[in-house]
Amino acid sequence: MSRDVAVLGVGMHPWGKWGRHFVEYGVHAARAALADAGVEWRRVEFISGGATMRCGYPGYVAGATFAQALGWQGAQVNTSYAACATGSQALAAARARILSGECEVALVVGADTTPKGFLAPAKGVRPDDPDWVRFHLGFTNPTYFALYARRRMALYGATERDFAAVKVKNAEHGVANPNARYRKAFSIEDVLASAMVADPLRLLNVCATSDGGAALVVSSMEYARKHCQHPIVRIAGISCVTPRFASAEVEMPDIATDSAIAAEAHSYRASIAARAYSDAGIGAEDVSVAEVYDLSSALELDWYEHIGLCKPGEAESLLRSGATRIGGRIPVNPSGGLACFGEAVPAQALAQVCELTWQLRGQAGVRQVAGAKVGVTANQGLFGHGSSVVLTS
Amino acid sequence: MGNLPRAPAIEGWYTLDESRPQLIGSRCRACGTYCFPPREGSCPNPACAGSELERVPLSRTGKIWSYTNACYQPPEPYVSPDPFECFAIAAVELETERMIVLGQVAKGIRTQQLRVGMRVVLILETLYADTQSEKVIWKWQPADEGSPLDAGSAQQRRVDAQA
Repeated sequence: MSRDVAVLGVGMHPWGKWGRHFVEYGVHAARAALADAGVEWRRVEFISGGATMRCGYPGYVAGATFAQALGWQGAQVNTSYAACATGSQALAAARARILSGECEVALVVGADTTPKGFLAPAKGVRPDDPDWVRFHLGFTNPTYFALYARRRMALYGATERDFAAVKVKNAEHGVANPNARYRKAFSIEDVLASAMVADPLRLLNVCATSDGGAALVVSSMEYARKHCQHPIVRIAGISCVTPRFASAEVEMPDIATDSAIAAEAHSYRASIAARAYSDAGIGAEDVSVAEVYDLSSALELDWYEHIGLCKPGEAESLLRSGATRIGGRIPVNPSGGLACFGEAVPAQALAQVCELTWQLRGQAGVRQVAGAKVGVTANQGLFGHGSSVVLTS
Repeated sequence: MGNLPRAPAIEGWYTLDESRPQLIGSRCRACGTYCFPPREGSCPNPACAGSELERVPLSRTGKIWSYTNACYQPPEPYVSPDPFECFAIAAVELETERMIVLGQVAKGIRTQQLRVGMRVVLILETLYADTQSEKVIWKWQPADEGSPLDAGSAQQRRVDAQA
């Protein structure tokens, strides 16, 4: 039996700093996805919401909130929270319902409104909360991205120009993307002239936080064969793995790795896409386009290795060869990535799937990756949430 | 300032020994796995059913795995001096424990003075002060190549850094 489900429709609310309620973005994206799918809202049997964290309540319980905003119609409901991996977890819930035969058509929605500046923990004194502790000690998100970046420089000879080149590439990709927040081309010199945030990462190397919303309508393959209005794109694999002991790198929000006294240390990020590939029954060599989480432009280089596009230590040469640009052998972040979007946490993993759906349908316009047949997304959520989705045409 | 008593910014994670402070971790009696911050209860090794974690001091020295700095003031609950001062941060590999521990780097040390693989030693410095006490935290301080990491020289460097 096929373990695939189909993407019937995709939709987004443009990313920006709009300052409006997150439900508005989610509803906009949901209506766009339903229209793209040609599915009437009342036909949806399962709604899966990606939650954001506000005022102590996870997104005002997002699945039901979106359902109410669209009009109560009695669908079964789910809400997922997995930090940056939220969207994939919400999608995995929908896939499981469809594959179990409990429903044919499901809607997955994620949306966020972000505060200005650094993402920060809720108020109060909580020494038992590792996220509170690391901020108390002065370790922001860019601290971690910068530690990984400096490590690449020491281990593999990465340079600040390489990190800048990733930003330049992604900015080129996103310049004509109507859903991107930043649609401006940058030069290497622009990046190198921007203010240092966390040595060696500068302002233009680090992603912003944004408002935005993304939604997918997914269905059984049988339903899609009868009703899909587009070339069918399949979700062939989803990974929501936790880390495996012992961690090789200090992961947010921790302030230490595991001890590798009794077990070998290994990279968490490398295990995330591996599971999605095995779920889909494909390998990294089959991938024609990828959307990865460039929280920093240096982190994109780590992902090249962690999703298997090249061996450890070869990401800089892959970048320098031009292979990861649109028109290259294996384009990465044709949407423009976080460099052009900024992060809207519960929507971001779904936005990655939206982009790959357009790519695999051949509907990506000037961003189109020629002949895209297999796409992979990768990201990682705070507290040990993996996220990777494999799509096939 | 200065006359206030010293108190830990976070209770129970390090000794307040003036000359040879140490991080306090946990160690599983069954498989030897260390943890930092210290924890109670079950061993984090999934292959180990151990549930007795004992408090142990961790190595005072290690090698820099990577480093960075904070050029912008972190948000609360970070308590910033006014005006904010950029500080360096290091991820340090502890050889015996086979783990990496983050910490701020001693005041006044810039990233240009750091490199991956450099040996560092644990010191205590003030993170912030309130009306009752100076809240101290562990920090990493570069240790001169080849010099013995004895209490006296580490203490001297700490004093120098504060001067």
